[in-house]
Amino acid sequence: MKGEAERLAAGDREDRGAREGRTAAGGVAIRAIKLTAGYGERPVLHGVSIDVHAGELLAIVGPNGAGKSTLLRILSGALRPWSGAVELEGRPLGEYDRRAIARRLAMVAQENLVAFRFTVLEIVLMGRAPHLGPFHFETRHDLEIAHAALERFDLIGLARRPIQELSGGERKRVFLARALTQDPHVALLDEPTAFLDLRHVAEIFARIRELRMERGLAVVATLHDLNAAALHADRVLLMKDGAAAGYGTPEEVFTADKLRAVYETEVHVGRNPATGAITVLPGGIGPAGRRDG
Amino acid sequence: MSEPAITRTQVVADLALVEFADAHLTRARMAITLVVLGAVVIGVALVAVAFGSVHIDLMRAIADRSSADHAILFGARIPRVLMGAIVGAVLAAVGAALQGLVRNPLAEGGILGISGGGAFGAIVALVVFSRLGGADAAVPICAFAASLLSTLAVYRLAQVDGRLEPFTLLLVGVIFNAFWGAAIMLVNSIVNFYFTHSIIFWLMGSFEAPTYREVAMVTVLGCIGFAILIARARDMNLLSLGDDEAAELGVEVDAVRRTIFIATSVMIGAAVSVSGIISFVGLIVPHIIRTAIGPDHRMLIPASILGGAAFTVAADLIARVAIAPAELPVGAITALCGGPFFIYVLRREGRKSLAL
Repeated sequence: MKGEAERLAAGDREDRGAREGRTAAGGVAIRAIKLTAGYGERPVLHGVSIDVHAGELLAIVGPNGAGKSTLLRILSGALRPWSGAVELEGRPLGEYDRRAIARRLAMVAQENLVAFRFTVLEIVLMGRAPHLGPFHFETRHDLEIAHAALERFDLIGLARRPIQELSGGERKRVFLARALTQDPHVALLDEPTAFLDLRHVAEIFARIRELRMERGLAVVATLHDLNAAALHADRVLLMKDGAAAGYGTPEEVFTADKLRAVYETEVHVGRNPATGAITVLPGGIGPAGRRDG
Repeated sequence: MSEPAITRTQVVADLALVEFADAHLTRARMAITLVVLGAVVIGVALVAVAFGSVHIDLMRAIADRSSADHAILFGARIPRVLMGAIVGAVLAAVGAALQGLVRNPLAEGGILGISGGGAFGAIVALVVFSRLGGADAAVPICAFAASLLSTLAVYRLAQVDGRLEPFTLLLVGVIFNAFWGAAIMLVNSIVNFYFTHSIIFWLMGSFEAPTYREVAMVTVLGCIGFAILIARARDMNLLSLGDDEAAELGVEVDAVRRTIFIATSVMIGAAVSVSGIISFVGLIVPHIIRTAIGPDHRMLIPASILGGAAFTVAADLIARVAIAPAELPVGAITALCGGPFFIYVLRREGRKSLAL
């Protein structure tokens, strides 16, 4: 009986995936044009432009304080730029109201703190809020979407647990599942893999990859880990002091010269023999005293 | 193969609905909770009407319109119980809403000094307008204005680098409370002895001898406030994730915050102008409800309205019968329960729930 239901459930998810399937290589999902911005009098961004197509993963990398998180906050609409514009699916962000943005764009912050003891399922269901009227309760349809998101991020067993009882990695998965429940076309992820161990990092990138392929989700992620960016991103924006120091494929951007200039330290750029992806290692004096760089 | 009568979607949804009905707020859970709490309110109110500092014969009170029993029941007890219920409902709903808005389970009108501001406004209005006339209207309006001013000042001062610091918020509230208390004592020392009883009444909090007009005023303003808070309940859930996160889920954060500040200030102003400062109801009631049925504000706000009514009517009953025929001020009863409760929440839950 249960097996039958599970089989039906799996089949249904496939049907729905096909029905809703947005094509992987679609148009421009989100674009930023010559953004300048700052806090108070202090400028943080100087004329940054990006465009991200449906299904693409753009990684934003750069040293601390380069303006990566500020750029994400502008893309999400949380912070207004001083000049320049953001276009979401071809229309200026300012033309959407907040709820309309939330139905198209989801953001997962670096820290995921919650004030009260909401359960994991309650947090994930909050992703349906932009689709519901103020007095509407979640319907079967909403619960089904939340259930699928829980399943995808392997959270079914944790659905009843208060969010405060979860580990950092579990909590990150909950917030990614919440973002997915918004049914977005664009996902902005601020350091989605910070402080996670190798296995969780790999799993999160695998889930993000699935969503890009299945639904044409466009993803903009800030990443500290250059190797992860090289392995998973279609394109990379390398930032320094609020400006673009490089923008293109990992091969184009991750050159020893550029990285050395941006991070002001020796680096060694190579290739992973197994995947063919660019690898970036710290250079300088090795244990045998051999110089590298 | 024939088409299955039930679609796959329905099967999944049904399974999920059944499997996780206890993991989130459902209509059924909400209905059961509200019916139970409604029954508790009615039960407590009936007991509170039946008992008091003097014994009355309920049958005679209803049958004989000229009896002293009738006068006590309809002139004193029923308005007092109604007043306790509506003021308690207002205080608990305001507590729940403020806690959601500032993401702090220890926020409360009394603790944050908002009630103190309201009481100061009410006292100044009473002193000034009792000579000029129109004190009836001026007292609640000034109480509301002073409550709103306190709310905005506390909120503004508790921000550190654009973030609301949970402990700074409580400290600022404590300071405001002390400040308003001192301001009230100052007014007390310079005005006519005639006002002293009213001033003590506001400081202690009491449901002594309310009129039906006062009950009606608080009920109308309270119900408008309840409607506004319930309409914003989902937004308060989203605000639990943080201001940016709520905005990214479609909440107009500044507009919601403004609406809730104004609504709660009107509500506290109305409550304080008729009953003085009754602290801790807005802390104790939402906390118990959150622990029992979860933090979803769509449930928490209406349940706090009912729970606050029951709690306050019960506290007032204790105030009336504990040392009968003399009376305790109900504000003293709630503060005696609330002080230790505040410490308990701070010690046990503080670190955990103030994870901001």
